[in-house]
Amino acid sequence: MPDAAKKTKVKAEARVRTGVHFMLGDHACAEGALAAGLDFFGGYPITPSTEIAEHIAVRLPDVGGRFVQMEDELASMAAIIGASAAGARTLTATSGPGFSLMMENIGLAAMMELPCVVANVQRASPSTGLPTMVGQSDILQARWGSHGDYGIIAYCPDSPQECFDLTVRAFNAADQYRVPVFIMMDEVVGHMTERVVIPPADELPVFERKGPKFPPGEQIFYSYAPDEDLVPPIAHAGDGYKVHMTGLTHDERGYPALNAVAHDKLVNRLVDKIRLNAADIEMYEEIDTDDADTVVVSFGCTARSAIQAVKEARQEGIKCGMIRLITIWPFPETRIRELIEAGNVKRFIVPEVNLGQLRREVERLTHLPVLRLNHAGGAMPTPNEILELIRS
Amino acid sequence: MSVTEQTIQPAANIHPIDNLLRADRLPHILCPGCGIGTVIHGYAHAIHASDLSEDQHVCVSGIGCSGRAAGYVNVDSYHATHGRALPFALGIAVHNPDLNVTVISGDGDLTAIGGNHLIHAARRNVNMNVICINNFNYGMTGGQVGPTTPIGAKGSTAPKGAVEHPFNLPYLAQATGAIFVARWTVLHVREFQDAVLRCMNKVGFCFIEVLAPCPTSFGRANKIGDGLHEMEIYRQRCRVENGATNIHELDIDLIDENKSITVGNFVDVDRKPFLV
Repeated sequence: MPDAAKKTKVKAEARVRTGVHFMLGDHACAEGALAAGLDFFGGYPITPSTEIAEHIAVRLPDVGGRFVQMEDELASMAAIIGASAAGARTLTATSGPGFSLMMENIGLAAMMELPCVVANVQRASPSTGLPTMVGQSDILQARWGSHGDYGIIAYCPDSPQECFDLTVRAFNAADQYRVPVFIMMDEVVGHMTERVVIPPADELPVFERKGPKFPPGEQIFYSYAPDEDLVPPIAHAGDGYKVHMTGLTHDERGYPALNAVAHDKLVNRLVDKIRLNAADIEMYEEIDTDDADTVVVSFGCTARSAIQAVKEARQEGIKCGMIRLITIWPFPETRIRELIEAGNVKRFIVPEVNLGQLRREVERLTHLPVLRLNHAGGAMPTPNEILELIRS
Repeated sequence: MSVTEQTIQPAANIHPIDNLLRADRLPHILCPGCGIGTVIHGYAHAIHASDLSEDQHVCVSGIGCSGRAAGYVNVDSYHATHGRALPFALGIAVHNPDLNVTVISGDGDLTAIGGNHLIHAARRNVNMNVICINNFNYGMTGGQVGPTTPIGAKGSTAPKGAVEHPFNLPYLAQATGAIFVARWTVLHVREFQDAVLRCMNKVGFCFIEVLAPCPTSFGRANKIGDGLHEMEIYRQRCRVENGATNIHELDIDLIDENKSITVGNFVDVDRKPFLV
């Protein structure tokens, strides 16, 4: 076991700052990572995510982990995948322009099935955009940004508390499904200071990566022979199983298999291991949807405005409800279909700080009107703007 | 018996490095006369000669012909994205300092698309060994020129000859902080193996440039003929100068028959390594 991992066990208490805090969203994400057992952080400074890196630079070495400020985001992503191959729980933090650079190796992580977590504190985009101002601009990029088909998980916290909670969850999900997991924060949530309750260490959920079922040397280890959940057990560098991992299409041994049949089988499994486990992964919160004819679909900072608008509309007697997406990927489409099929819903409203990225997902599921309320970035929809649309 | 029930049968009278090659992956994809197999062979011999167990060795490659090296050595091995072998290897080396991480990749992978990572890994003095197989061109994609192509040498993207100044890789590695810098060719089998072993025993960033024939692409475009012909060029023109002090002058000109090619172990110093 590497020294860093030994220290992790010894200093479990030092990692988890149990108690009630008044905490920045970015710092809550960092604390969530530390509490979840972060071993290795590789990152590159970028507004508005930098506070995550800075906080981890202070905290991580003291609890036996390694912080490396890399030369760019290409290297950051590659480094956290490499550390993951050696058994580390790994994180990087970035924003839109850095997220774009990470796409190359996010594809590698998906293909090699090496768990890792990326916190993307979204700002107004495209390109350099508005570096210090809010955006929810990378919603589709998170799902489709790297070339080809693959499955990922993306959480969307709406508060510093969720920045902590969902970061812990992200590490567990990454290990459980062997995928890159994204924490799709935004500048508002990342730069907001609120009450954050950190539970005792022994109350935090922990998922250990599935390892080989036999000692090294006894049999040939197949790095990509999946269990029933479609997720293969993993052996790490130094464990003695002599794994080979490649971004090329590969067989269950991990060896290149450059043919269409192997490719179809592999890529389908990469997608299916998330698609078929979606019911266990998806998280959402519903308010007053039972009899609602107008349902607001919201996520991240925008949900904070939406909830206010929905409450006020109810007070005015409007049958209005809300579904807040906590996972945006996999998109909780089963639940939204259920709402549609129940027959009460007459229309959806999707407020977003982009020009309609998540609205496309809702439109895909229904012929009902899906009203838009968008800011391109730099400002978020206000409760009044959403309320006016609900009244219309 | 299903594939997962196969047991590893130790064969009788095997060669000492047989266990270090993934025999189930042979034959390899490399062309006749290519030098990459010799490099893999040298790396395997160095592992065998090292004091560490096989399980402590890790091989990382990038993309290209040389990038396939990781797929043939029977240690934990990773075939990363184009240019990113070094940061991938950094993650392994930093998380588990007990591992001896060797990057085997090509000149295009390590010095063009991965050039930024090379200088920063050297600057940090990350504990890893880098074997840069320099065949003066992009072989896998069909012989395009790259940052190591000598001026005047032809490639499919420079049909009248390369016009850009090439990198002097040992000079680059030394200038950016490598604690061990060598240049050998695949003709210098023993010297190369010894250099790899020295790298494995040093703690910090070690860099070996190893010249290798690419008869299919570079050789054919430049009338070098087959792999043996390029080996003959190495034999006739290489001059061993261990500890050479004029590294900045040691550019390679494979085309001008009157110029010698200086090889040797040039730099061997110590400097505080990164996070070990």
